[in-house]
Amino acid sequence: MALMLKNARVVDPQVGLDEVCDVLLRDGRIVEVGHGLAMEKGEEMDLTGKVLTPGLVDMHVHLREPGFEQKEDIASGTRAAAHGGFTAVCAMPNTDPVIDNAVGVEYVRARAEQVGKCRVIVSGACTKGLAGEILAEMGDMCAHGAKAFTDDGRGVQDAGMMRRVMEYASQFDRVVMAHCQDDSLVGEGQVNEGVASTRLGMFGWPAEGEELEIMRDIALCRLTGCPLHIQHITTARGVAMVRAAKAEGLPVTCEVTPHHLFLTEDDIDDTYPTSLKVNPPLRTASDAEALAEGIADGTIDAIVTDHAPHTDWEKDREFELAPFGMIGLETSLSLVLTNLVATGKMSYGRMVELMAVNPRAILREEPVRIEAGSIADLTVFDPEATWTVERAGFCSKAGNSGFIGCELRGRATDVLVGGYATLRDGKIVE
Amino acid sequence: MSGPLIKSTCMDEEDIDRALTRIAHQILEANHGADNLALVGIVTRGDLLAKMLRERIEQIEGVRLPLGKLDISFYRDDFMTHFAPEVLGTDIPFDIDGLTVVLVDDVLYTGRTIRAALDALMDIGRPAAVQLAVLVDRGHRELPIRADFVGKNVPSSSDESVRLFLSSVDGKSAVEILDVDPGGRAGAAPLGSKEEVE
Amino acid sequence: MAFPHKHLIDISEYSADDIMLLMKTAESFKEVNERRIKQVPTLKGATIVNMFNEPSTRTRSSFEIAEKRLSANSLNFGGSSTATVKGESLSDTVETLCSYKIDMIIVRDRHAGVPRKIADLSGVHVIDAGDGKHQHPTQALLDLYSIWEHKGRLEGLNVGIVGDISHSRVCGSLIPALKIMGANVCVVAPPTLLPADVATLGADSATSDLDNVLPDLDAVYMLRVQRERLEGAPFPSLREYNMLFGLTKERDRLMKPDALVCHPGPINRGVELDSFMADHPDRSIILDQVYAGILVRMAALYQLLGGTYDGIDA
Repeated sequence: MALMLKNARVVDPQVGLDEVCDVLLRDGRIVEVGHGLAMEKGEEMDLTGKVLTPGLVDMHVHLREPGFEQKEDIASGTRAAAHGGFTAVCAMPNTDPVIDNAVGVEYVRARAEQVGKCRVIVSGACTKGLAGEILAEMGDMCAHGAKAFTDDGRGVQDAGMMRRVMEYASQFDRVVMAHCQDDSLVGEGQVNEGVASTRLGMFGWPAEGEELEIMRDIALCRLTGCPLHIQHITTARGVAMVRAAKAEGLPVTCEVTPHHLFLTEDDIDDTYPTSLKVNPPLRTASDAEALAEGIADGTIDAIVTDHAPHTDWEKDREFELAPFGMIGLETSLSLVLTNLVATGKMSYGRMVELMAVNPRAILREEPVRIEAGSIADLTVFDPEATWTVERAGFCSKAGNSGFIGCELRGRATDVLVGGYATLRDGKIVE
Repeated sequence: MSGPLIKSTCMDEEDIDRALTRIAHQILEANHGADNLALVGIVTRGDLLAKMLRERIEQIEGVRLPLGKLDISFYRDDFMTHFAPEVLGTDIPFDIDGLTVVLVDDVLYTGRTIRAALDALMDIGRPAAVQLAVLVDRGHRELPIRADFVGKNVPSSSDESVRLFLSSVDGKSAVEILDVDPGGRAGAAPLGSKEEVE
Repeated sequence: MAFPHKHLIDISEYSADDIMLLMKTAESFKEVNERRIKQVPTLKGATIVNMFNEPSTRTRSSFEIAEKRLSANSLNFGGSSTATVKGESLSDTVETLCSYKIDMIIVRDRHAGVPRKIADLSGVHVIDAGDGKHQHPTQALLDLYSIWEHKGRLEGLNVGIVGDISHSRVCGSLIPALKIMGANVCVVAPPTLLPADVATLGADSATSDLDNVLPDLDAVYMLRVQRERLEGAPFPSLREYNMLFGLTKERDRLMKPDALVCHPGPINRGVELDSFMADHPDRSIILDQVYAGILVRMAALYQLLGGTYDGIDA
């Protein structure tokens, strides 16, 4: 079965490609890239005006299955991913039960195989039950396909335990992904400590609660040699610390979310919008600026959503009682296109690095390149399509987006996973 | 904003003076003197009239009557619809129990203000009797209320407003008939809404 | 010409004129409260729900008396039987209340922002009776009223607020209210009880040296040490707190002869306030504050509910 993708602007910095050309796929792989390609038999798609890139990967997603299927499950979460233009997501292990052993890894992989609309890369917990006390069976989980380890949602509080985690993990060629949050400083923090916490009369979540752990984990990376990935970085000083660690040559990477890039604590007005309650919290405008600089100078490696679905009834309540997190899979690409690419702050090539190339590398996934022989995981988007974010438009079960009502420009139209379409003309392929 | 049109002046300063003097005599006559009497004026013009009546009664009888002012804001039956935020306050610095209270107001119209004033007085104490003195009775009663002492009866239509001006606060003394906008409020201005005539 | 507010939630939305009108209205309610029959029929037929989702005796009693003296029908909703305790969501609770066809909700809640949420959900008038660590506007009004009554003005006064600034909803309303009325505000607290961003509070200055600022103050507002919120001990002992931040008899000589002492109650004697100060015949206006609470709450009910069916309930 052959598929000819005609006339798209094909962007892949890995092979120095940014031009209008044709891509021919057969049996799930790219067989030819060039101009005026022809084929004997097969389907042809005219992608004039659209952009074709290696399939996008969101390396920080909460699919909530098993345990929290009211919020999201693997079927709905991966549909949301496909709808947003992703060919793969990395599922976080803070489910119920926690994915802290091979059985859990196999469960998520099997469910994804059955019902998934994109690839699901499984991350396992660093410590049993995310309790920060006993090492999880990282070796066994690796053997069953886990691609990274993280105690996302909690962080490993004890420095000695984190050292043990990183030392032990260093034997497996896997990154340890760190949710940086020092509970003794963060406490019951609800919003960024400073103007927002004072204005809104709620406990503050200080920048230092994150920065202190970034500093600690970089030091442990130096000590153990274990590759470290800082999750959802939010502060200017945090970015500076990662920049310095990279300059030192340490195997440190980091990620940022669209909401920390494009929203600030000032957006939390006196209506106490719980959709903007996220962890780490929205920071200041100057922090957001520093994040944009980190993207521009290569300090930040990946854009991720930290897609954190919650039911309407969980979010529709007192700010201090509502859970942290917002969804992001279906707005991430469009937000980046609208706010960074369309404004000239970022090229398509850099976007592909942040949303496809680097996440695969960090997760030790086989690279996807737009060249003959590569897996045909591809994303196609229409850079001119304008749309308004609406609650009813999500494939996710959840609606807790902080961007509802936003006018965005650029949207995924087609997604191919292993040569098979999961999204066609903006509609999920059933 | 164009103010209401003055149609006619039905009492000038001298008319008001004469009417008050007559009312003072009538009050004393009806009550066989000034014993046990008290004056309570309804803000914002009745209290001034009450003060003027006290002066006249003092001139005639040599007795200075207790004088109070009554703000009926808290007793209005139209609180939820016609509302003026400014409250001028009630000040009755004597015990009204057992007294004959002469309630004083400028213009008697629907009777609703007096109804409110009576309720207020009953909450404040238990007067032996309440009498009503008004400078102008313009008719159009909506409640079974009548004045004991009237300065002048002024026939008016319900789309007119009858307004008392007093030199101590308004720069002139007169009772004037004003045209009000169709749909606008006739009758007494809500307390504190003086700008309606400015 | 109606009162230009539908709710009393955020005092900083009120102008100096609005606040002055409330204070003058409060003053005219004194006469009602001094009668034998301490009740006027003004709010006859209005239904007011006192939704107290957090224990409160003083504020709730004060609102209840204000409602009763204005002849409103009041319903107390809250306490340990609260719907939220049974797992009902705030939205469902509010919608249930609205089905009773009510006119106003007075809300006290442990969580910041709840009064605004209720206002948006219900469409009826809402008065914030204290939300989390955020605001407590009627407390601020009664404080302003009490100081105004004793000083005859607010503009230009130097007011010091001493104590747990960071956990204080009283501060959240009192500081902006004092600033709106033209007073100078100084907050005094150990650094561990100052909020992360003092400037956002709007105070003119912040210090931890009480003795240094005491001689300049026209009114000293002592906040209650909230023992229940002192987990993690922001200061070593109540004894040391009293030594550094308590208004003790010894500090009397540092104060202006006519400086007032205010406290929102209930007092921790010997902690933030010595009995000498709490009961000081010339300085202490603490009981006047309690009475002012009735007056300003009557004024707020009167102004917010007046004229509401005239299409002017903005």
